Amino acid sequence: MRVPILKQGDYVIASIQSALTDDDLLQLRDGLAAHVGRYRSKGVIVDVTVLDVMDSFATRTVRDLAQMVRLRGAKTVIVGIQPEVAFAMVQLGLDLGDIATALDLEEALELLRNECK
Amino acid sequence: MNASSTHLTEQCIPIMSDIDVIEARGAARALATRVGFTGVDPTLIASAVSEIARNIVEYAGPGEIILSVVWNHLSMGLQVVARDQGPGIADVSSVMRGVRTTSRGLGRGLRGSQRLMDEFRVESSLGQGTTITMRKWLP
Repeated sequence: MRVPILKQGDYVIASIQSALTDDDLLQLRDGLAAHVGRYRSKGVIVDVTVLDVMDSFATRTVRDLAQMVRLRGAKTVIVGIQPEVAFAMVQLGLDLGDIATALDLEEALELLRNECK
Repeated sequence: MNASSTHLTEQCIPIMSDIDVIEARGAARALATRVGFTGVDPTLIASAVSEIARNIVEYAGPGEIILSVVWNHLSMGLQVVARDQGPGIADVSSVMRGVRTTSRGLGRGLRGSQRLMDEFRVESSLGQGTTITMRKWLP
């Protein structure tokens, strides 16, 4: 299941549509890092609203993704972590480090606009 | 763990690759909901299954995950058995205490899964593989 990556002005939005295999996640990570370079994007938004589980691999890959994007000169915002998923992540001892998060797309765009001025 | 009778809905999912991890946690969530778990519980169960299935893929594949409904005198619950014939864990208790860790986080996944479930047992011997049995009871 490929994740569609949309360009919106200075930002790139990746909207996850269904559960992702490890390969899908790695492809998303690499695809976004490439995208940022190609389009000179300032910010990346990853919408994880549909994910019903974020296990250690998913969390690690999202962290790596944000780090790669940061090294390419852009900022990442993770959008839509469900409350149950957040609860499970805390119990599992997983965290996203200092990656920005937002409840919805609008809030994420707002966050990027303020950051990337 | 308490003695209990199992069955009727026993489901076995072979675990060979990351795609099976998704299959296993999906099946666990579906069964959890059917058993009557609500709110955050199906997600906690699915997350625990995801972690232990992932351990099988990363360290010990192939293996299997067996989901079943269990009863004790008080309640009904869901049991997850994860079994592999992998290298085994040399010192289960230090892994579970967090004394010994591995590069990719075997112990962390096990300890995390333990926190998500009500009962958790690891049986392992070197060269013989590992069996993890975990249960969550309806509140």
